[in-house]
Amino acid sequence: MNELRTILSDTVTRLFSERVTQEVRESAEKGVWPAALWQQVEENGLTLTPVPEARGGGGGSWQDAHVVVSAAGRFAVPLPLPETMLGGWLLASVGLDAPTGPLTVAPVHDDDRLEITRQGAGWHLRGTATRVPWGRAAQHVVVVAGGWVALVATGGAVVEPDVNLALEPRDTLRWERTPVVAAAPAEALSGDSVRLYGALARSAQMAGGLEYLLAQTVQYVSERKQFGRAIGSFQAIQHQLALLAGHAAAAGSAAASAFRAADRGDPSFEIAVAKVRTGEAAGLGAGIAHQCHGAIGFTYEHSLHFVTRRLWSWRAEFGAESRWAAEIGRDVARRGAEGLWPYVTER
Amino acid sequence: MGSSSSYAIASRTTSGRMATFHFELLDLPPEAEALRAEVREFLRETLAGHAAHRRARSWGGFDREFSRKVGARGWIGMMWPKTYGGHERSALDRYVVLEEMLAAGAPVSAHWIADRQSGPLLLRFGTEAQRERFLPRIARGELAFAIGMSEPDSGSDLASIRTRAEKVSRGYKVNGTKVWTSNAHLSDYMIALFRTQVVPDKKHEGLSQFLVDTRSPGITIRPIVDLSGAHHFNEVVFQDAFVPDDMRVGEEGAGWKQVTTELAFERSGPERYLSSIQLLIETIREVGKEPGERAAVTIGRLVSHLVTLRQMSLSVAGMLQAGQNPNLEAAVVKDVGTSFEQEIPETIHALLGAEPRLHSGSPFERTLAYLMENAPSFSLRGGTREVLRGIIARGLGLR
Repeated sequence: MNELRTILSDTVTRLFSERVTQEVRESAEKGVWPAALWQQVEENGLTLTPVPEARGGGGGSWQDAHVVVSAAGRFAVPLPLPETMLGGWLLASVGLDAPTGPLTVAPVHDDDRLEITRQGAGWHLRGTATRVPWGRAAQHVVVVAGGWVALVATGGAVVEPDVNLALEPRDTLRWERTPVVAAAPAEALSGDSVRLYGALARSAQMAGGLEYLLAQTVQYVSERKQFGRAIGSFQAIQHQLALLAGHAAAAGSAAASAFRAADRGDPSFEIAVAKVRTGEAAGLGAGIAHQCHGAIGFTYEHSLHFVTRRLWSWRAEFGAESRWAAEIGRDVARRGAEGLWPYVTER
Repeated sequence: MGSSSSYAIASRTTSGRMATFHFELLDLPPEAEALRAEVREFLRETLAGHAAHRRARSWGGFDREFSRKVGARGWIGMMWPKTYGGHERSALDRYVVLEEMLAAGAPVSAHWIADRQSGPLLLRFGTEAQRERFLPRIARGELAFAIGMSEPDSGSDLASIRTRAEKVSRGYKVNGTKVWTSNAHLSDYMIALFRTQVVPDKKHEGLSQFLVDTRSPGITIRPIVDLSGAHHFNEVVFQDAFVPDDMRVGEEGAGWKQVTTELAFERSGPERYLSSIQLLIETIREVGKEPGERAAVTIGRLVSHLVTLRQMSLSVAGMLQAGQNPNLEAAVVKDVGTSFEQEIPETIHALLGAEPRLHSGSPFERTLAYLMENAPSFSLRGGTREVLRGIIARGLGLR
């Protein structure tokens, strides 16, 4: 890792270990916005890593952002941290400044109909965005629609609250004819870009979650004793951990590869691969972690579920494995049988 | 070093043992990519007309003439010193050659073992005379080596071997039986593990390695036919066979340490996830340019696994190149990789339900048949999955 990444890694690890407590997560699940935690995260410069400094960001690369996004997954941080980075990056890509405060993005679903139209010197937004991550908590939403990227204040929207399996807000936002704060032509960006980079973020979050599951499960089976010895000394358990290690390693590798591709430009293949691979690993890994933890891991009081419920949610967000796999499969089939290996080695 | 991004997973057990897993993404250097083009061109010429089901044999295909051609191109013993006929090239260059050979289903078996482990073993532990005698010929693709480790009563528990090499004048007298020795019937030499001393309650002690000329008197090689009817495996019986002193590899009694080093060489290559690639290629051909949804999802999922495994395997190669010892990482890649290889015939069966046809089917059906029958061996050869997962568990601090 380079120096910036080492600093970021130390900062997020220290901050999240100290500040993302059981209480913070439980109260977030009850609908309390973790204001103090957001402030800490913003003050430590962790919210806009891949946004150029001139646009209000950290001036880092996607690989730098990877450190933060992965940690957000590993610590089950109940904040729209990846969404803020994504929104900020989309704005910067079209020459707009990122505001402070929590951001989110839309459209998340293909069926969402959003219209951005010129109105005099400005633009209006009309339409409905569903399953918007942290919609009710974000101060602004970055919307990509109809050839525009727009920054709109959430205050102007009618919010219908909803949640995912991890009780993270996934709200429906409805705009009648709301003036936007700023907009610029989308150029190469589209609604697909939101899905693509959203998938990039979720891949790293899931990989981070799997890291946590592996470390936590190794620790648990080393400490829990039954039949006079640590349960981790039984071969059956050891083999499950070996499998979990494989899932965590594959997920981490796939996510890292996708972030590297994002920095190089043209990352759609690597992001698709990552979303498929991390999503599959997430489901299998969550199963193993719960099995090895026994009954105690199935309680609300134990921390395991804060990560496993996120994994079950995140794998289906911004396109589940089957959707991205179908895209890869069609692409590969078009290239023909002899095209497979050259394609794999080119990337 | 070429790596731009890495991630580490750390776990700590209550005993305080820290187990860290570290994969660094690798970028192959431009020279390695240039080499790739050369290898592809060579393979296009030499393997023209090789049917898919033949390529599916992967590194099981034994072809001395092909190995000599590969040797002539300087692609055997690539990393060895030039004084021994090697080419002093990097681990990454070697990696590119290997992955291209495997992806094309090249019949590399006649030089594979010698290149991968026998030669490196002699470099590490052999005498100067042994190195000078054997390495140049291996590098030219002229010598085929087999491995003599398992015995009828000693598979996963390798240290329990009983084949005895008793010290006699000017050498050793060997009695016992080795089993599963792939291609012993075709090879020139075997590097075998024998027991030179019986140390009570210390089975890992008293083991030594030997270079055995399989054509010497007292050695009988009998075929073991596998379930597909193929003859690769053999039983090798030693009855008062004589092995001269100068054919002992390394110190007497140092066999266990040497063999564990040798086994680690095995674990790090691209062959641990590419065994079924011909079936994936044939499936893509079979479903056509515009597949239905199920086929597209299936292929996309398998390709995601393939690409990810390649990145993980490259990481290990990069770490080896950097002089590290990625034992845990290599074991993880092998476990994930062999599971992937075995899964492919099952997944393709679930998708297409085609009858596997051994003799008269299409290239797809014949490849399906070959790999379906041979898939069980992928998690048995070079160490069973169960032992491998034990090694991973140890790496995680659980043993």
